[in-house]
Amino acid sequence: MTQQRTSPSSTKSTDNLLIQVQGLKMYFPVNAGLIIQKKIADIKAVDGVSFDIMKGETMGLVGESGCGKTTTGRCILMLYRPTAGEIKYEGVDITKLKNSELRPLRRKMQIIFQDPYGSLNPRMNAGAIIGEPIVIHKLIKSKAEYRERVESLLSEVGLNPYMSDRYPHEFSGGQRQRIGVARALAVEPQFIVCDEPVSALDVSIQAQVINLLEELQDRRKLTYLFIAHDLSVVRHISDRVCVMYLGKAVELTDRNTLYENPLHPYTKALLSAVPIPDPEVESKRERIILTGDVPSPLNPPPGCNFHTRCPIAIDICKSVIPEWREKDPGHWVACHRV
Amino acid sequence: MPPLLEVKDLKTYFYTQSGVVKAVDGVSFSLEDGEILGLVGESGSGKSVSALSIMRLVSDPPGKIISGEVKFMGEDLLKLNKDEMRSIRGHKISMIFQEPMTSLNPVLTIGKQLTEAIELHLKVDKQAARDRAAKLLESVGISDSNRRLDDFPHQFSGGMRQRVMIAMGMSCNPKLIIADEPTTALDVTIQAQVLEVLKSMVANTNTAVIVITHNLGVVARYADRVNVMYAGKIIETAKATELYANPRHPYTIGLLKSVPRLDEPKKDKLVPIEGQPPDLTNLPAGCSFRSRCPYAFEKCAVETPPLLQVGDNHFSACWADVRKAVPAKK
Repeated sequence: MTQQRTSPSSTKSTDNLLIQVQGLKMYFPVNAGLIIQKKIADIKAVDGVSFDIMKGETMGLVGESGCGKTTTGRCILMLYRPTAGEIKYEGVDITKLKNSELRPLRRKMQIIFQDPYGSLNPRMNAGAIIGEPIVIHKLIKSKAEYRERVESLLSEVGLNPYMSDRYPHEFSGGQRQRIGVARALAVEPQFIVCDEPVSALDVSIQAQVINLLEELQDRRKLTYLFIAHDLSVVRHISDRVCVMYLGKAVELTDRNTLYENPLHPYTKALLSAVPIPDPEVESKRERIILTGDVPSPLNPPPGCNFHTRCPIAIDICKSVIPEWREKDPGHWVACHRV
Repeated sequence: MPPLLEVKDLKTYFYTQSGVVKAVDGVSFSLEDGEILGLVGESGSGKSVSALSIMRLVSDPPGKIISGEVKFMGEDLLKLNKDEMRSIRGHKISMIFQEPMTSLNPVLTIGKQLTEAIELHLKVDKQAARDRAAKLLESVGISDSNRRLDDFPHQFSGGMRQRVMIAMGMSCNPKLIIADEPTTALDVTIQAQVLEVLKSMVANTNTAVIVITHNLGVVARYADRVNVMYAGKIIETAKATELYANPRHPYTIGLLKSVPRLDEPKKDKLVPIEGQPPDLTNLPAGCSFRSRCPYAFEKCAVETPPLLQVGDNHFSACWADVRKAVPAKK
């Protein structure tokens, strides 16, 4: 795949663009008061994020818990109405659409959730879980066709068609995640948000699900937004990677550049914190241990929000928010020091 | 000199409605002073139950330690009575649990929880215990420690709570710390902080550590020796450098191949281990990994392989020689 250009707010050819996110903000109000609720503050879960997603690519979104990666994914699906910013899906700004206008679009955009235990209704059998979106979107004409669709979906994700009568508790974690994948595929989407799809699985099962997602992408020409905190998995599956910290994007580039030549000090620290399963390599690696904790998104620090933990921060970082700029072609970063 | 800890043929079974779960089924290993041992395996492989059995914390019923020996400093822990065992727990052997959110008592201050064990085991007065607690907090990197002793757990972040747990584990100068998934609930940058703290503290005091984890990277970075567990048994054990350079059990090889590596560009595809972990209530005869194993042959279905020596201090429970055998294509 040759998808070098990745500029937010670009006006160049939009043929290959699927999604453009521009200045996305999502604030959650914090209310106080027992009877009369009064807004006292905002949690700035996502605070001005811009990026594009090309057709057919996998965009990785990484960061620690609370950095806003899941919120970003859910905003793109319009599961939350963003506070500000634009989300263009094939050129149409979906943040301006009414719910009824969004409905046909929802067929094109699906999500796979993290928790394979919590995201399946325990009272529905596998067939009904997978079939529900088909019925809702009226994609079938007859009962026979419905059955056929459900069974072919089950075998596509590597489950046996006869398992459609089983209930979620009868499946293992990996199998449940396959049901979640089949449910997302049921309406034949173009774009899937994979929200930590393998984090809850055992390592030997993780690889099975990752391979499944890659096969489906090849076969169905899917576009993924792959949200994860495991940087090794993201390196494996993504074409480009966006790193987030405390509601802001700090670095975005293609996967090999990000891992071999990271520019932002947070990206560097994050990469060096991931242990590599090889003691020989480990003993030679340089480690950057960040001090302190991630500040609260309720009250983020002024200036660059990473300056409180940054090993190379200078005075300007404490007062001026660094600009999100294209340092090298296709390599975006927000830092005063690079 | 005998080793600090010597576990021999430990078996812990759970008697449940759906049958007998052989959670730990004949585990033997030993540990020297100051050694860091990694216990690796997937969920249900018996690594946590092994640790709980050493501490005699398996709830009975449904669990029962049915046989084996746990020799700690020459004494068999399984033969001690309740009071003797209590004087060892938290004193000579301490444990750090996975969930820093739930393993601290939310209605007691950090100071109260930290000093409890110090007063009990080291038999010092309140003020001395508090001084020691403050020093411990300082040493795990929590500043302004004297004031923070009066805080409650909810006033600490996840990483800080786990550091409090480490301080608590170290409070009575134990000889052995068992850390059960100490960083699984934490973000990577915090995980690195916490593990560095743990490593420097045990290095200073020559404390032995058993780290239980499913993260092969954490083990590679911190452990001296590694035991790989599968379905209640140790299936391979070696020095960490040896195990990663020259894995000999098909399960270990499969695990190492199935994780993508941060320092390597993308290969074509990950190689997963096919199939599911076995049902522990109904283990097949012979080797319990054989249904997922590409090297399996007739003998594997008949006889359970014992740990066989395959190198210097390197043991693997497998009949096949993976260096010569050709894996079957499935």
